[in-house]
Formats: sequence, structure tokens, C-alpha cells
Amino acid sequence: MHISPVLWQFLVKWLNASALFPREASTMAPYADALYFFLLLITVVGLTLVGALIFGFSIRYRKEKHPVAIQVEGSTLLEATWTIIPLALFLIVFVWGALLYFRIYNPPTNSMNIYVVGKQWMWKAEHPGGQHEINALHVPIGRNVQLTMISQDVFHSFSIPDFRVKREVIPGRYSTVWFNATTPGTYHIFCTQYCGTNHSVMIGEVTALSPDDYEKWTAQSTSGMSLAQNGERLFASMGCNACHSGSAAARGPNLAGVYGSKLQLTSGAQVLVNDAYLRDAILNPSQHLTAGYAPIMPTYQGQISEDGLIDLVEYIKSMQSNYRVQQTLTTSESNQAAPTTPEVVKP
Amino acid sequence: MSATHTILNLPDQRTATLPKRTYINNEDGLLSWLFTGDHKRIAMLYLISITFFFFIGGAFAGLIRLELLTPQPDLVAADTYNKFFSMHGIVMIFLFLVPSVPATLGNFLIPIMIGTKDLAFPKINLLSWYLYWIGGLFTLAALVLGGVDTGWTFTTPLSTHYLNTHVVTAATGVFIIGFSSIFTGLNFIVTIHRMRAPGMTWFRMPLFCWSNYAASILMVLGTPVLAITLVLVGLERLVGIGVFDPTKGGDPLLFQHLFWFYSHPAVYIMILPGMGVISEVISTFSRKRVFGYTAVAFSSVAIALFGFFVWAHHMFIMGVSNYSALVFSLLTMLVAVPSAIKIFNWAFTLQKGSITFETPMLYAFGFLGLFTIGGMTGVFLGALGMDIHLTETYFIVAHFHFVMVGGMLMAFLAGVHFWWPKMTGRMYPESLSKLAAVTTFIGFNLTFLPQFILGYLGMPRRYHAYPQEFQVLNVLSTAGATVLGVGYMLPLLYLAWSLKYGAIAGNNPWQATGLEWQIQSPPLTENFIEIPIVDHEAYDYEWLEHKTAQEVTTVG
Repeated sequence: MHISPVLWQFLVKWLNASALFPREASTMAPYADALYFFLLLITVVGLTLVGALIFGFSIRYRKEKHPVAIQVEGSTLLEATWTIIPLALFLIVFVWGALLYFRIYNPPTNSMNIYVVGKQWMWKAEHPGGQHEINALHVPIGRNVQLTMISQDVFHSFSIPDFRVKREVIPGRYSTVWFNATTPGTYHIFCTQYCGTNHSVMIGEVTALSPDDYEKWTAQSTSGMSLAQNGERLFASMGCNACHSGSAAARGPNLAGVYGSKLQLTSGAQVLVNDAYLRDAILNPSQHLTAGYAPIMPTYQGQISEDGLIDLVEYIKSMQSNYRVQQTLTTSESNQAAPTTPEVVKP
Repeated sequence: MSATHTILNLPDQRTATLPKRTYINNEDGLLSWLFTGDHKRIAMLYLISITFFFFIGGAFAGLIRLELLTPQPDLVAADTYNKFFSMHGIVMIFLFLVPSVPATLGNFLIPIMIGTKDLAFPKINLLSWYLYWIGGLFTLAALVLGGVDTGWTFTTPLSTHYLNTHVVTAATGVFIIGFSSIFTGLNFIVTIHRMRAPGMTWFRMPLFCWSNYAASILMVLGTPVLAITLVLVGLERLVGIGVFDPTKGGDPLLFQHLFWFYSHPAVYIMILPGMGVISEVISTFSRKRVFGYTAVAFSSVAIALFGFFVWAHHMFIMGVSNYSALVFSLLTMLVAVPSAIKIFNWAFTLQKGSITFETPMLYAFGFLGLFTIGGMTGVFLGALGMDIHLTETYFIVAHFHFVMVGGMLMAFLAGVHFWWPKMTGRMYPESLSKLAAVTTFIGFNLTFLPQFILGYLGMPRRYHAYPQEFQVLNVLSTAGATVLGVGYMLPLLYLAWSLKYGAIAGNNPWQATGLEWQIQSPPLTENFIEIPIVDHEAYDYEWLEHKTAQEVTTVG
């Protein structure tokens, strides 16, 4: 028996490079794995039990040993046993699973937000500070990171197996997921929802960096314009400031400080102004009329890209006063030279 | 015991010859088959048809596994690969699994098991087979014209706005096949309600009838929703009605709600009849009545009932409200319980029996093991937080193949071998078929166990190429698929061989208790010369013994 050393080396390398269990690289991973091992345990116990019953009975009551069958009707006690014990186990799994679900899908309030736009077939990450990445995501370890995600076309799904988190990325609706990376390194991003031809190419890498490295990375890769600044430009160029000027006679509601407030709508409903509401109100204004205003805002459906919407949302989120809106408005209405812009805000 | 005499009896199989007149030779010519109303002939037509489609679907499975042998996308182009898994899914689910046991074994056996001459609507039964073929031809047309790459789920907006393949053709095919399964279900429900022989009460019916009855309810109530959904997809594609389009105020998630409202119960449509087969087989080869008959019967109905209220567990990560996710997860846990009840009842049926290990029994044992794994991994996926990591990965793929292939296909093969002597009058070759059963079991585990590990590693399903480190497990899986392929080719060959050369079976080669075993094999076109009067429960081996003893005295 002699095996070629080249082949041998190949086999050893091949087997060593293969994975059997994903890394635990987020604070969530140990929680998910604990439930996984509990489920594995009850599966193995259940399977062993069923196997033991089948093999045990098969050996003991095979025809050679037990030529005449003894008829048994059934047993209410046994039926109750194997109804109640599995039910109890499944209910434990249910409660445990629900706790884990709420942990994964309820982001802590102090998380930093990164926007992710999915499109056939790439992931675009947009950091509020103005860093843009494609099929890559840089995050600091030890901080809660929330992703606000939306798809520009079909369903996608954003999955980081080593973090044990995943969420569907839906056209026309923000979805969120959060994580807290624990170990610096690079991890796979997969699109797990079939999305057309290059579904399997819609992959990327999360790079988890130590806080210092992350600082360095943010400084080096900024585009110079934060999302809110982009949004401000868009706000002016689309003419939003004409109505949402914040002056008493304005035709549109004042947007300064509106984010996070409770709003009374014409329809009588009260809504909490969050990212999703702002996005919907821009695209479909007639359904989201603030009480006391006329339905005069046109729809912006199809006129602003998802990236543009994110910029606008970020801008409105950051808007604390109408000073700059009115400044820009005056500029655009009076054909005069623009006043000197204050220096660019550092992201 | 006058009732037992009314059942037609022919000599024991050792001295048996093929009966002169059977449903097979009653009329001659192809047309007599194509225009038949006989449930047994329609069952045989279905059997041939679904076998044809099974091997088409199987060929796609082979191609998928071949592509996944290496991490690089090197065998076929991405679009071609996407068409492979779409066609594999569409063909296997709609053209093989859904009709498999009900339309073949159910069609053949349910009227005989409840002691009647045919189904309630023989012509609708034939129509269902024609609809099946029209739908099948549409699907084949979609395939021949260039394929369809939506996946079997037809998910919007991908299927409506972003693909220019033959989506409408394939959807029309599935739409039409849906009606064939509605008609089968309708026929079973009416027949079981109205045409049971005198004395055949609900709780004297074999469990095979109960499980097919439960599946029929699902077919009749669930399939129309699928039809509506596919019509909406077609309209969205052709005229852009916008029901699923967010830019027109529609909701793309609505599609998934509608689709899974059918497609989750469809899982039970596929597995319940298989469970019926297992009840019959295990009882027969342990010569013992099924442990806890009522529990098994009611658990079928419970599965059918709960099965309608768990659909959103396919959508836990899709932004459904957290609280509705809670409700659906809880219901999913509840629906797992009846399956567990069944497993333990089958295991305890063996207790104090007198067990022999013919091929159908080996397949049934395979079913018990694989279905236990399939069912338990379903609990993994029903657990909300666990589902987040596992869904849309190979874990899902492995899970539903354990249920559908490890469960349903094993049960189907158990049933085909078990009733083969009844359907054809001849025995299959025993040792070869045992080899096939063992090969299938080994090949199956080798194919799909590595996929659980891949799934937990996070390998997404429907990937044409994958990262290097997943290769070893994928190679194992492909190797297993090869073994599995051999395991499925064997029965095709030896069953065909046995049609001419198999030993003559006789009426009741297994000494089983069902009414179908008390008549000649293959049966007469009218099944019974005189409608039997039933005075005993299902699986009454004492009755059978008594009856045979009486027979010997009459003959002697």
C-alpha cells in the first residue's frame, strides 16, 4: 500500500482546509449554539430511543423466536407518555427559540446604524459618515451595530453565518438586524435568498476591526460627504425646501426635530416617525398626510433611488433647526451668489 | 360467520396460478386503457407517469450534485444551474411527490380497502390523470423551450419582473396539475364518506384510508389557493396588476403568505399518505394490529388540521411581526407532536409481534429512522431564534429531503413493493430488492447528512458556486447521490423484469388482513364479485386465522 506523496499532501491539505463548525464571532453566537446543542441532544436521544425500540423488538420478537404474535390493543398510559413528553420538550424549545429570536431582532437602543442596500447582485453598505462599500462591511468589535437594510429589486437575504444572524432584505421596506462582533477577522456575507442569475456571486466579507483599526479605517475611506450632507443637497435640489421650510406660512410641515416624534395624521392615526415612516411619506405622501396640511405633495416614487432615500432620511434625522434650509432657500430663490458654506462637517 | 364467506376466496399462493380474468386482461388495446374508468387501471397509468417524471427530476438532481462537486462554477453556466434546481423542484414536487402515493396506491387500493367497486366519480378520476399530463406537458414545454429559473417557489418580484424565462408556461403547468390533485382528493373524500361496504365503519377502515382522507382534505382546501396565487403571478407578469409590486402599492410578502398557505399543507399532502403505507406494512410484517389505532387515525386528522395554520414559519426572517412569529412557532411545535405519536405507535406495533423482514418492512424501517431525523430537524427550524441561522441554508435542504425523500419516497417504495403482488399478480425478486432498500438507505444518509453540517456552517441553498472550505462535505454528498441513484435504478429494472418473470403471488402472499388481500391478484375489474360485509376491525389477525382455518376445512 503506497500512496503518492503529492496526492497524500493534497488530501491532508484538503481535509484540513475544510470546515465542520462555524466560528463563534459575535455575542449572539454562543446563545444560538447553546440552543443548537440542546436540539441536537434531544434529537440524538429521540433517535436512539426509536432505534432501540425498533432493533430491540425486531430481535426479541422476530418470527424465529416469537412465532405467534400476541395481539395488544394499545395503552392510554403509553399514548399519554409519548404525547406529553415530546410536547413538553417542544414547548421548552419554543420558549428558548422565542427568547433567542427577540434577542436577535430587537436591536439595543445604543447601536450604531449602517445602511445596506441589496440589489442584483451586490451589497452596498453606506455608513452615516460617508463611507461606501460594495460587498464588504467594516465594523468595530465590541460595539452594537444595527443594519438597516432594503432591496432595490427582488428579495435578498443578508446572512453572516459566523455571527448567526440573518435577515431578509425586502423591496420597498426597511428591515433591521443587529450584532456585536467579538473577534477581529473576516467573515462571509452570503445572500441566502435566491435572487436570480448571479445569486451565488452576491457574497462579500465582513471585516471586524479593533476600535483603533476601525478609527483608522473610517478616516481613510470617507468620501468626504456624510449621508446627511448628501441628503441636504438632494433636499435642496428636489425642491423639498420650498414647502418644508419651517416658516409659519409653509405649505409643508416643519421637519426639524420630527424624527422620533409622535405625529397626528389627517386620517386620525398617530404614528411614530422612524426611518420607515419617513421613507414611505416621501414615496407615498397622500397616505401619510400630517394633520392640518393639504394633500399637495407629489409622489417621488421612481424618482429617488434607495440610496437617495437613505440620504434624505439621514438628513431629516439629523435636522435640528431650519436655519440651513432657509439659507439654501433664500439662495435658490434670489439668483444671488451662495453665502459661503461653513466648513465641511467632519464625518 | 356467514359474512366472511361473502368475500371471494381463491386458493393459497403456493398452488396459485394467475387468474384467467383480471382488470389487466379484461379489455385489450391501448384505447381501453386511455378511456378506462377503472380505478386500478388509472392507478397504473399514474404509476407509469410519475415514474417517468421521477427519473426526469432525478436526472436534474444528479446534474445539481455534479456541479456542486467542485466549488468553482465550472460544469454549467449560472442560469443553467438555476434552471436545474427549479425544474428539479417543480417536477419532483408537483409531478411526483404530490400524486405519488394517493394517485397510484390510493387510487388502486382505497375502493378495495373499503369494499366497493370503484371510486365515486370514475370519469373525474380519469380526467384527473389527463389534467396531470396536460400540466406535465406544459412543464416539459417550459423545459424544452429553454427552462424556467424561478425556483419551485415562483417568488415575486423575481418571477414577475426580473426573469425572461418561461415562467407563465411552467406556472400554467402547475396550475393545471393542481386541479388533477383536487379531483383525486374530492374523489377520495366522497368515496370514503359514501361508499364504504356494509359494516365498514370509520374505525374499521385501514389506517391507509384515514391518512389518505386527511391528505384529501388538504388537497381540496389548499390547492385552490395555489391556483389563485399562480393566476396572480401570471397577471402580474402579463398585465402588471401590481398586487405584489410595492411601487404600485402591492406587497411582495403577500405572495409568500399565499404561496405557503398551500405549500406548507402540501408537505402534509406528500407525507400523510406515506404514513398510511407505513401503518399497513408494519402491521402486516409483525402480524399485529397497529398499536393505538385511534391515536394514529386522529393524529393524521390533527396533522391535517394544524397543517393549515403553520405556513408563516417559512417567513420568520422576512419581517413578519414578532408576535405573529410567536404564534406560528407555537403551532409548529404542536404539529410536531402527532408525528411523534405516530412514530412511537409504529415502534410499539412491533412489540410482541412475530416479525419478518421482507423488503417493504426494510423500507418502512428506513422510513422510521429517516423520518425521525426529518421531523426533529423540523423542530430546529420551528424554533424561532434557531431558524434565523438555519433557514435558507443547506440545513433546510437536508431537512425537507429527509422528510420528502427519506420519508415519503421510502414509504412509496415500501408501498409499491408491498402491493406489487396485488397490482401485478407477481412477486418482485426478494434478495435483489433487499439490496436496493439497503443501498437507498446508505446512499440517502451519505447524501443528506453532510448537508446538515453544511447548513450549520451557513452554506446557502441554490448556490451555483461556494467557498472552498465547503468542498469536502459537498464531495461526500455527491458521492452519496451516486449511490442513491443506483438504489433507485434497481427497483425500476427488477420490477419491470418481474412483470414477466416474477413468481406468481397468489391472493395473499403476506397473510395480510386488508380486504384487498382477500380477493384475487390481480383483482377483477369489479374488485368483488359480491360486496363484502365487514364484521371485524382492521388488522384483525385472529379473524384472518379463523377464516383461513375454515377455508382449509372446506377445501379438505
